[in-house]
Amino acid sequence: MTLAQLGSGQSARVLDVEGGWGLRRNLEQLGIHPGDVVSVAGTGAFRGPILIEVNGSRVALGRGVAGRIRVEPL
Amino acid sequence: MIRIALVGQPNCGKSTIFNHLVGYKANTSNLPGTTVEYLKSETLINGKRAEVIDLPGTYSLSPVDQAETETRNFLRSGKVDAVLNVADASLLSRSLELTLQLLEMGIPLVVCLNMLDEAKRKGITVDLDKLSAELGVPVVPTIAVRGIGVKRVASQTIKAATSKVSPPSPVYSADVEAVIEELGDKLTGGMARRFDLPPRLLAIKLLDGDPDCLKRVKQESFGLYREANRLRDKLGKLRGRRGEEVLSAERHSKAMEIYERAATVGRPTVGIRDRLDALLMHKVWGYLFLGAIMYGLFFVVFKVGSLIEGPMMEWFNQAVTALGTVMPADSIWFAVMSGLIQGVAGALGFVLPYLIPFWLGLALLEDAGYLPRVGYLMDVFMHRVGLHGKSVIPFILGYGCSVPAVLATRILDSPRDRFVTAVLAVMVPCAARTTVILGLVGYFLGPTIAFALYVVNLFVVAIAGKIMTKVFPRVTPGLILEIPTYKVPSLRVITSKVWIQAREFIILAWPLLIGGSIVLSLFEYGHINYYLNLGLLPITWALGLPMAIGVTLIFGIFRKELTLIMLFQALGTTSVASVLSAGQMITFTLFVMFYIPCVATIIMLWHEFGMRKTALVLGFTTGTALLVGVIARGIASIIH
Repeated sequence: MTLAQLGSGQSARVLDVEGGWGLRRNLEQLGIHPGDVVSVAGTGAFRGPILIEVNGSRVALGRGVAGRIRVEPL
Repeated sequence: MIRIALVGQPNCGKSTIFNHLVGYKANTSNLPGTTVEYLKSETLINGKRAEVIDLPGTYSLSPVDQAETETRNFLRSGKVDAVLNVADASLLSRSLELTLQLLEMGIPLVVCLNMLDEAKRKGITVDLDKLSAELGVPVVPTIAVRGIGVKRVASQTIKAATSKVSPPSPVYSADVEAVIEELGDKLTGGMARRFDLPPRLLAIKLLDGDPDCLKRVKQESFGLYREANRLRDKLGKLRGRRGEEVLSAERHSKAMEIYERAATVGRPTVGIRDRLDALLMHKVWGYLFLGAIMYGLFFVVFKVGSLIEGPMMEWFNQAVTALGTVMPADSIWFAVMSGLIQGVAGALGFVLPYLIPFWLGLALLEDAGYLPRVGYLMDVFMHRVGLHGKSVIPFILGYGCSVPAVLATRILDSPRDRFVTAVLAVMVPCAARTTVILGLVGYFLGPTIAFALYVVNLFVVAIAGKIMTKVFPRVTPGLILEIPTYKVPSLRVITSKVWIQAREFIILAWPLLIGGSIVLSLFEYGHINYYLNLGLLPITWALGLPMAIGVTLIFGIFRKELTLIMLFQALGTTSVASVLSAGQMITFTLFVMFYIPCVATIIMLWHEFGMRKTALVLGFTTGTALLVGVIARGIASIIH
């Protein structure tokens, strides 16, 4: 299951990021590491980006990016 | 001279600290020709002369985007005596990951723990002594918005810089340390010296999988390159994950560990700001608020601007008439003097009245933290033109000035996105072109038509985006954007931002406007503009405009504001409505909106993307301008 499939208000644990060095680093910088718990704070209109909360900060992720983050729902 | 660099993650309050340190004296170094965009200023701290450098905000020292690569290179260049690391106390564990990377670099370091009030709101209390002991460097608390603690952090940094004592490098798990040491030992010879880095730091970079360092080592010694790869794989096996992730995971857990030891988390207080996003980022309300905010900004800028433009125009018409009674209107001195008056009054009457309220509004939205929300809301639409939400920020800055907009494309990680965003951002009407839209169309035809031109602009930019996407297919995964907590805007930061922009305009642009105005006056006097107009006849003919306007378009390449001032000059009157029809005004304005970017922007584009791509931008924008102009002319002739 990927982060893109989660609905508003759901929480999940990050398992892995499918992507290159740059993408993984980029996500780590914003506090998204494998093992971290994220929760979906909102979803955009017209299948827009999703807003997640992780380690006390909020990050907007496009659907494409969210689809590359494998998670297990909690 | 002591050189201090301010380093911190975006939205940590770094620029507020910088502002309190140096006041209004700072200079932007984002002028063409320099490589890094930063502010710097000299100041006296503890009686010592220091140069304070405000580097762009960076989440880490891993080169993910260009701003980060540049920050890292600048710190590595050895030109910095001490780093003042601004950390957001309300996001302490994440901020500490950057602090750990800075400690690895071995430059004298002071941590400025900012936004303690914000942390308190989140229920976080930090034991400063414990944190300082854990990190091995001084930690000074500040609340930058109110200037609390800034003096102390500055004097501590000077102390650190003069002591020249390197801070202790963070120590990771024993098995990881063993691998770092093994690689470090192999690099002790020529390699580390060639990089001008301590062996341990170079080893860490290679184990981190830093692409730049790996590439250089590969070129210098294939044996060491293979060794670095072998040891990175070994790290990966130790932890059962990708090798290049191990060190960053180590940093992450180290940061968490320090955070847990030094901070206690209690109950957060939920305030208005937390509830604000439920409205401003809402699927429906968010867009309504966005539209209302943008229209409000536009309306205020127009109201303030036109309030000043009217009396100014009257005043300077009278001045030129008065001039005619003092000296003969066909003398060369009359030409020079009337050019001078028009140049001076042009800036005071048409340019600054629109620019200053606009800059204020934009700085306000930026400082409050609204722009990332716009990025989130607009992501869906940006996808339609092959970009993502982060590109919105250069776009919005483009409404201010194209030069920082082109620079701001550095926040994007793919070169393709950077270029496409830059092309589209220069087509957005900058504040100078806004003076033409509002000062001409807005003033003579009313604000609604002026606003409609902005909407037309958005459509054209969207179509241009579609075309660009066909030429440069998209490859990027999409939006990754932090949505920071809202801040109460700091008056100090906003006024200093506007002041820096206004000062740059007064020093650099105003003389150009006056000079250009006088030159045009003299051209007219010597009938030179006749030949220039003749050369531009194909364009003015195609657009159905009076031939006399041609020359204004040439001046507009230097500064866009010049087109409006020159227009009054070239037509010989400020009552444009008596000479141009509504359709002609609209056609002219649309052409000016899109054609060739100004010289400063061209230089910036060249610097960022090279000659060929710059030429492409010039051709593309001019082609678009002609096409849009001709269509506008056609529509106008049908209506009339």
